[in-house]
Amino acid sequence: MTAFGKLIRTTAFRLTLVYLLLFALFAASLLGYFAWNTRRLITEQITTTVNAEFSEITDIYTRRGLRGLVFTIENRALRPGANLYLVTTPTGQAIAGNVGSLAPGVMASQGWSETAYRRLDEQSSRDHRALVRVNELESGFRLLIGRDLEERRRLFGIVVKAANWSLLVVVVLGLGGGIFVARRVLRRIDAMTGTTQRIMAGDLTGRLPVGRSGDELDRLAENLNAMLERIEALMMGLKEVSDNIAHDLKTPLTRLRNRAEEALAKSGSEADYRSALERTIEESDGLIRTFNALLMIARAESGQARGNMDDFDAADVARGIQELYEPLAEDSGMTLRVKTAPAPVHGNRELISQALANLVENAIKYGKPLPSIQPLGDGAVGGAHEILIEARRDGPSVLLGVTDHGPGIPEADRSHAVERFVRLEASRTQPGSGLGLSLASAVATLHGGELRLGDSNPGLTATLAIPARAGASDRLAAQTPDVPQKVA
Amino acid sequence: MHEDAGRAMVTEISTSLTAPDRHMRLLIIEDDRESADYLVKAFREVGHIADLAGDGEEGLSLAETGDYDVLVVDRMLPKRDGLSVIGSLREKGNRTPVLILSALGQVDDRIKGLRAGGDDYLPKPYAFAELLARVEVLSRRHGGPAEETTYRVGDLELDRLSHRVARGKDELTLQPREFRLLEYLMKHAGQVVTRTMLLENVWDYHFDPQTNVIDVHISRLRSKIDKGFERPLLHTIRGAGYMIRDGIR
Repeated sequence: MTAFGKLIRTTAFRLTLVYLLLFALFAASLLGYFAWNTRRLITEQITTTVNAEFSEITDIYTRRGLRGLVFTIENRALRPGANLYLVTTPTGQAIAGNVGSLAPGVMASQGWSETAYRRLDEQSSRDHRALVRVNELESGFRLLIGRDLEERRRLFGIVVKAANWSLLVVVVLGLGGGIFVARRVLRRIDAMTGTTQRIMAGDLTGRLPVGRSGDELDRLAENLNAMLERIEALMMGLKEVSDNIAHDLKTPLTRLRNRAEEALAKSGSEADYRSALERTIEESDGLIRTFNALLMIARAESGQARGNMDDFDAADVARGIQELYEPLAEDSGMTLRVKTAPAPVHGNRELISQALANLVENAIKYGKPLPSIQPLGDGAVGGAHEILIEARRDGPSVLLGVTDHGPGIPEADRSHAVERFVRLEASRTQPGSGLGLSLASAVATLHGGELRLGDSNPGLTATLAIPARAGASDRLAAQTPDVPQKVA
Repeated sequence: MHEDAGRAMVTEISTSLTAPDRHMRLLIIEDDRESADYLVKAFREVGHIADLAGDGEEGLSLAETGDYDVLVVDRMLPKRDGLSVIGSLREKGNRTPVLILSALGQVDDRIKGLRAGGDDYLPKPYAFAELLARVEVLSRRHGGPAEETTYRVGDLELDRLSHRVARGKDELTLQPREFRLLEYLMKHAGQVVTRTMLLENVWDYHFDPQTNVIDVHISRLRSKIDKGFERPLLHTIRGAGYMIRDGIR
């Protein structure tokens, strides 16, 4: 596209053209109105003057007869800038006046008409136009009084000229202004396009130029920059995740492959093959679990699970999870206790159960007290080997917390711990995908809440804080009187 | 104790499950040729008869005409979606149990699948042992006897009404959840039940625990019902799950 082509395609230029047309039409109609009114005014003036003179001269004729009339006419006709006068006999002979020739048939008509004429003393052959009134006097004589329309024509000419000029000025200024504005806009848009093209080519660090005027283009550029910022952050996150996936999935895959290879190479007994295959299946199950956890996180983060939410008491979830994990905790030498108060939420029960299960599994895996730390007193409430699941309502939030008395997570590592695949050094040796906290955090976010990691001195308190169900207490209260009604 | 039960291998279980009266006729509706062939072969190896349909239309017409014990239906099929095949069968009054296979292994998808008329739902990728266990449970549910009030395996007896459990002459005391666990196992006596099936049916959770939480429950139950008895009834099936069964049939 040529530069000019681009210019005339800009919105600014097209708008200019539209406004140009509008202003031209406006100017034309204004001048037209002006011209028409002036013309009417002049015509009115002529008619009034002519009418007055007509009655005057008719009067003279009545009082002084034909002689008086001719005398008066001749007299008046000689004055400079005189009106047009003509008196004819009943046969049509001109006997007085300053009119040399007229359009045929004018003298025969009665009343007002517009006609071409020529004065008696005029040499040129050019016709003028006049507005004349013809009336028959008594005895068949006819009198014409009229006025030249030159003035009216000149005035009209002036208006037309003014219209032409103003139109020219409007067009020139408008086009010039349009081109100026369009080029300015075009330059900035071109700058933006250039940047976006660089970004599309893969350079995510590019940002749009922002001017100082704070106009709409600047605001657009600022917003686009904020969007680019977000996209860059997301891309970085994605890259990190895919790097982590590559690492965390490649390692077990490689192990799997090596094991299979080794089993093939060694000509072992059937039992060897069998155990190699069984280990292979175990490893692939682990991989599948990791994939499932990733999918679950992705789904929670994308908000798809919002469609599957209902009302329930998170305390039930806490009790259910405690019941499920209590034997496991006991096998690991810990106790799992639950403390609940009504905690009404609106959410995805399945996901919240899983999030809480992940926190409990973490506590069982990593929450063993360090040998160096003296227990708070075994057997007592809050003993060092106790894991506490707590569900309660705290103002607008429902808190689902899991507290252990293990080594905890240093404050500096806490935000890091929630990230995908992150397994803090202490836990590297333990089995697990490193996705437990990520999923819990994603589930909390899905419900409009957050995962809080705190210190339980010593130990870790991981809390899912999600908004309580609105108006839950009212509804619970309202349910009670319903029961007898249902029975009846 | 784990080691004891661990010797019960998959192959042993496969043969034991395929006594002549336990042949199943299966229809697999799956468009991925490779996994479909694998399934047909695997089912045949354990003694079941499996037919194959490559798309929704073919699957529907086969399911309508053939007399199958269980249908295994993939959700995404050419020509006709898996859910629509199930819906259309159910509309015509066909009650054959359906197990839905799907790559969309999420809670919502499972609920959608069950609502459409499916009886069970298994997300891909799955272990064949899991699929086999579920299909066998489905076929039993379909053709099995009406719900009994007392389950018996060997000298173990469970009364579902009075919640009493006894082995031989000894009365056993079980926690409510242990009772439900045993009840589920005994309902499917002689069939493999997987850890996922237990988690789903006894606890009503549909997620993968990252730990061996079910195994711990089983070992507790085992210590109550098998400890001190000569013949163990609760067996671990390596790579698949658990089974309650009297050693001598």
